[in-house]
Amino acid sequence: MSDTGSASVLDRRPPASADGGVDMIQLLTPEGERVLGGTAADYVHYLDELTHDDLRGLYRDLVLVRRVDQEATALQRQGELGIWVSLLGQEASQIGCGRAMRRQDYAFPGYREHGIAWCRGIDPMELIGLFRGVDKGAWDPNAHNFHGYTIVIGNQVLLGVGYAMGVQRDGAVGTGDPDRDTAVVAFMGDGATAQGDVNEGFVFAAVNDSPIVFFCQNNQWAISEPNTRQTRIPIYRRADGFGFPGVRVDGNDVLAVYAVTRAMLDRARSGEGPSLIEAYTYRMGAHTTSDDPTKYRFAAEVEMWKLRDPIARFKAWLGHEGIADGAFFASVEEQADELAARLRAETVGMPDPEVGDIFEHVYVEPHRQVDDHYDQLRDYLDSFADEDGE
Amino acid sequence: MAATRTTIAKALNAGLRRAMDRDPKVILTGEDIGKLGGVFRITEHLQKDFGEDRVIDAPLAESGIVGTAIGMALRGYRPVVEIQFDGFVYPGFDQIVSQLAKLHSRSRGHLKVPVVVRIPMGGGIGAVEHHSESNEAYFAHTLGLKVVFCSNPEDAYWMIQQAIECDDPVIFYEPKRRYHEKGEVDLEATEAPRGLFEARLLSEGADLTLAAYGPMVKTCMDAANAAATEGRSLEVIDLRSVSPLDIDALTTSVEKTRRLVVVHEASEFCGFGAEIAAAVTERCFYHLEAPVLRVTGYNAPYPASRLEEHFLPDLDRVLDAVDRSFAY
Repeated sequence: MSDTGSASVLDRRPPASADGGVDMIQLLTPEGERVLGGTAADYVHYLDELTHDDLRGLYRDLVLVRRVDQEATALQRQGELGIWVSLLGQEASQIGCGRAMRRQDYAFPGYREHGIAWCRGIDPMELIGLFRGVDKGAWDPNAHNFHGYTIVIGNQVLLGVGYAMGVQRDGAVGTGDPDRDTAVVAFMGDGATAQGDVNEGFVFAAVNDSPIVFFCQNNQWAISEPNTRQTRIPIYRRADGFGFPGVRVDGNDVLAVYAVTRAMLDRARSGEGPSLIEAYTYRMGAHTTSDDPTKYRFAAEVEMWKLRDPIARFKAWLGHEGIADGAFFASVEEQADELAARLRAETVGMPDPEVGDIFEHVYVEPHRQVDDHYDQLRDYLDSFADEDGE
Repeated sequence: MAATRTTIAKALNAGLRRAMDRDPKVILTGEDIGKLGGVFRITEHLQKDFGEDRVIDAPLAESGIVGTAIGMALRGYRPVVEIQFDGFVYPGFDQIVSQLAKLHSRSRGHLKVPVVVRIPMGGGIGAVEHHSESNEAYFAHTLGLKVVFCSNPEDAYWMIQQAIECDDPVIFYEPKRRYHEKGEVDLEATEAPRGLFEARLLSEGADLTLAAYGPMVKTCMDAANAAATEGRSLEVIDLRSVSPLDIDALTTSVEKTRRLVVVHEASEFCGFGAEIAAAVTERCFYHLEAPVLRVTGYNAPYPASRLEEHFLPDLDRVLDAVDRSFAY
C-alpha cells in the first residue's frame, strides 16, 4: 500500500476500534473460551436450546461453506466462472444468522450471502450458475424463502421491508403461533449503509413496526473504502436515530451471532418491530476475484484478523468441551472434499444456456417487440443452418 | 348500458375502487393519498372505505415507496403506487429499472411483480419545474416494463383495472391537464371495451395519420376536425400503449393514408416518436409519400410555465406538420 499522501480533512477519522469495542456481544473469545457475564448474559439462554448435534452441525456448516468458497474461487481462477464473490472470514456471521431463522422466515440477500443460501437449502450450484453466467440466479425464491441476489447495493433492503409489510397484512405477526409468526432478514454490508435505499428501508420499517431484522455484515471494507468513508459513528448506533434497537455482535463468533439473531427475530415475530444487527467481521479475501486488496490495505491487518478466525475458535471450543473429537473433524473434512469434487464436476459439465433464454420470461404475458426479436434471432440463426445443409 | 358522464379523475377513482372491491390483495401506496385523497384527489375516500392498511400514506421517499411495493408484490399483493408528479419518479427510477422490470426474468419466471406505478404526466397546468414532464421514453426503453397512457374517461376507468389485473409491472400515465375533461363511461359494464395494449382508431381518414397518446390525443382530434374543414381527411390513432407498441395498427393505417405525423409532449431528441418513425419507415417504406414527421416538445428542458404554450405541441403546430407532410 502506498503512502496516504498529504494531510486532508479525512485525517480526522477516528482510530479504528479493531476489537469491536466494549458494546460488542461476544460469547466465544478468539481463543475459544466462553464469555459468561457482561452484555452477553442477555443472550446466552438461547444457547441452552442447542444440542451437541446442533453445535456439531454449526461447525459442519462453517467448514462446508468455506470449502464451497475455496472451490468456487479456484474455479474462477481456472476460467470456469466469470467472477466469484468470496465470503471468506464471514462464515460465522452467515451460519449463525441463517441457522437462527425459522422455515417461514424470509431472507433478502445482497450477493455475498452464500452461507445464508446454504442454510436455506439452496444448492451451491445455483450460486455457481449465476457467477458462471448461465443465468442470473434462477432459484425459486419461494421454495427456500431466500430471494435472488439483487446486486445493486441496498435495493434488497426495501424489498425486504415491503415483504414484511405484506406479512403484517397477512396477520402473520404477533399471533404467538411459532409456526405462523414470520420475520424477514434483510442483508447488507457496511458500504450499503450509505445508500438511500437502506436508510429509506429503516424509515419505512420503523413507522410501520415491520417484522424485519436488518443484518449488516460489517466486513470493514466496501471494495477499497474503509468504514470511515461510510460512517462517522459505529453502524449499530444508526438504529437509535431511526427509533429501533441496534446491537453489535462479534461476527466471527457463531454462537453470539446465533443468539443475538434469535433474540431479534423473536422480537420481530412477536410484533415489536425492526432491529439492526451489526455483525462485526472481516473480509479476509478480495471484494471479488476481480479485486486486488494489496492496493488499499496492509497485510498486517489481514494477519491480525486471521487470529480471530471464526472456524478455528469454534473448533477449539468444541474440542475443549468434548462436544466433538478428531474423528468428527476428520469426517467433516471428508464431506468437504466430496462437496468440492461434486461442485467441480458439475461446474465443468454445466452446459451453456439456450440462446432463446434471452427472451424467456421477460414478461408474464406476451410483448410484441420482444416476440419480434426472438423471431428475428431464430431466422438469423436458421439462415446459417441452411448454408450448412442442416 | 347505463353510461355516466364523468371526468378522467373520477373514472380513475371508480376504477381503483372497483379493483379494490374485487380483489382484497389490491393495495394503494403513495404520498398524501389517504386522508387527502392525493394532490389530484384520484384516491379520494378510498382510505376511508378500505382502511389504512390498504391505502397507505407512505413516507416521502419514492424509492422506498416503489421498493416496498415490490416487496409487497413478492408477498402476494397487487400494489398500485401513486407518484405525485412525473418529475418525482426519479428517486424511484432505480427500483423500477433495476428490480421491478427484471425480477420476473431474473428468477426465470418464478417471481411475478404485478405492480402498477401511476404517474400524472405532462404540462399545460402552469406548474413550477419538475411538475410537467413526459418521461415515458426512459421506461419504454426498459424491457420488462409495460407503459400505457389513458386519454379519456372510459379508458381511464378500464385501463387502470386492466393494469392492476396484469401480472407484469405497468407504468400507468395519466394526462394531468385532462383530469377534469368529461366523457361517457359505463361504470356497470362487466367487460373492458378493448385490450390494455391495443391502439385505438379514433377517427378514420384517408389522407394522413396522426398518432398520439395521453394528453396529445385530444389535440390531434382537434387538429383532425380543423383539417376536415379544409377538406383534408386525417386518421387519428390513440396508441394507448407505448410498450408493447401496437405496430400493426400503425402500419395498417399508414399503408392506407401513406403519411404519418407523430405527436407527443416529450422532447423530440430520442423521444418515443423516433421509435415510431423508425419502426413504421422500416415496414412501410414503399408506401410512404413523405418522411414520418414529429411534433413534440422542443429539444430543451421543459421551460418556465409562462413559456409552456410555446413548448407544447398544439393544434396549429400539428396542422403545420400536416402541411409539411403534404408539401413533399
